[in-house]
Amino acid sequence: MKISDNDIRYVAHLSRISLTENEEALFVHQLSDILSYIEKLNKLNTENVEPLVYTTNAFNVFREDVLEKSISIDDAQSCAPSIMGVFFKVPKVIE
Amino acid sequence: MRLLEATALQIKQKILSKQIRASELIGQVFNRIKTVDPTIQSFLSLNEDNALKVAKEIDRKIENNEKVGLLAGIPVAIKDNLCTKGLSTTCASQILKNFVPPYDAFVVKRLKEEDAIIIGKTNLDEFAMGSSTENSSYQITRNPWNVACVPGGSSGGSAAAVAANITPMSLGSDTGGSVRQPAALCGIVGVKPTYGRVSRYGLIAFGSSLDQVGTMTKDVMDATLLLQVIAGKDPKDSTSVQEPVPDYLQGIENNINGLRIGIPKEYFTEGMHTDVHKALKDALCIYEKLGAKIIEVSLPHTEYAVAVYYIVANAEASSNLSRYDGVRYGFRSTNAKGVIDMYCRTRAKGFGNEVKRRIMLGNYALSSGYYDAYYLKASRVRNLIKKDFDATFERVDCIVGPTSPVPAFKIGERASNPLEMYLSDIYTIPANLAGIPGISIPCGFSKDGLPVGLQILARHFDEKKMLHVAYAFERETDYHLKRAVV
Repeated sequence: MKISDNDIRYVAHLSRISLTENEEALFVHQLSDILSYIEKLNKLNTENVEPLVYTTNAFNVFREDVLEKSISIDDAQSCAPSIMGVFFKVPKVIE
Repeated sequence: MRLLEATALQIKQKILSKQIRASELIGQVFNRIKTVDPTIQSFLSLNEDNALKVAKEIDRKIENNEKVGLLAGIPVAIKDNLCTKGLSTTCASQILKNFVPPYDAFVVKRLKEEDAIIIGKTNLDEFAMGSSTENSSYQITRNPWNVACVPGGSSGGSAAAVAANITPMSLGSDTGGSVRQPAALCGIVGVKPTYGRVSRYGLIAFGSSLDQVGTMTKDVMDATLLLQVIAGKDPKDSTSVQEPVPDYLQGIENNINGLRIGIPKEYFTEGMHTDVHKALKDALCIYEKLGAKIIEVSLPHTEYAVAVYYIVANAEASSNLSRYDGVRYGFRSTNAKGVIDMYCRTRAKGFGNEVKRRIMLGNYALSSGYYDAYYLKASRVRNLIKKDFDATFERVDCIVGPTSPVPAFKIGERASNPLEMYLSDIYTIPANLAGIPGISIPCGFSKDGLPVGLQILARHFDEKKMLHVAYAFERETDYHLKRAVV
């Protein structure tokens, strides 16, 4: 399947990745190739096949609602690019 | 044999019988790293000071006849996508360049509890996305058998470190073959356990329904020892299972007379290197000689596995990697106009091309209008692949085939075409999609002297059978005793 320049821009936006024009051209080409390959799945009739997500018998895991120790605020902030007090600091969110 | 060419069990014996001190051993390990790693480039960071400190403590315990753990004094290298408290963990990505985790992965904690010595963090394809370790944003790891070749990937650093006789053991992770394929290309033993057998807590997520931590060792006995240590339920990973961990050593020396080995006809098709094919045929003769029954079986949906994988793994990756936003840890791009712009610039600069490609592919497959056609379709075909295995394991005890269609390829040879690189995982991916365990063991060499790997697949949670079958072959052959000369 051939995807368009617009598709790439849209999916780059969804992915929160800014691309240069050269990168757009490269990825249009490579993703089209990969998607064409993936189209082989359409040869199979899967109408009556359940989708499989987890291969083990997954079930809900509960525990007693008891407070457990977690990492300290200092540890949690130790690798942050920018902090202010107990918060992570980010650029302006609302214009 | 030189000390660092020995297996972990042999080294442990020497430490426990006081023939060598753990601290001397660790000294030798770091000397070896300084001699060979400038060429091999398997390590991204070293843990030298701390390793020596831990080794001295183990020496003290042994001196005082105190109880020591199962891996007392054994050096272990850790793939750099497993969190190590206080020790840099980068995933070979620029986006985690300065990340120092405040906690240990479950498997790392288990190693420490058993007195293993963590020597450093090994190179990988960025976020474990790749099959050659060429996608690392820091360095290219070389194959110890031929430094012009790749070590395989994504756990290429962990495989090369074992094959270069730096460490007897390392940990990797396997999402589509990332433990087994580099093990095959580097002539060592690699185990991908059943999904849920080993906790993923602290393993930096790529494809959460596929990822498992795996072992990389010089022989099957060492794999058995290391798996015994890391397997088991962890409350912090709710997909790890309660299923008791059997004693993997018990019965491993029994004969395999009457064992039913399935050979999938789909695994012996065009694209397989003639030297790999020959090594495989020879291996099957050995199994027959040992009394096993070789039965041709069919896994009819094998040809769809790569397509399913690149939808499922990347859909999961696109979600898992959304956490790298430059807010709480890792790299942040400066001079952004607002928060969205900061995300976009941070991720553009922090991720390499392969990672970007996969995130975009995953988001495309999950996006409105395409979800049914791609993700849902792939999940249905995934079920067909699992059903192929379920039906086959009614008839046979294990499935044997090649790990990789080719021996180690030249650095740069496949780097320009992502699809061609993806297809090199054709034999390993189905096990991840079905959740079953797999092992790669050395089974010969190509005409150019490059190792060839044999893959053994078993039923869910039947690692014991898988190791038994692997050990039966190893005992009859000497491929696992060959050491690369670096």
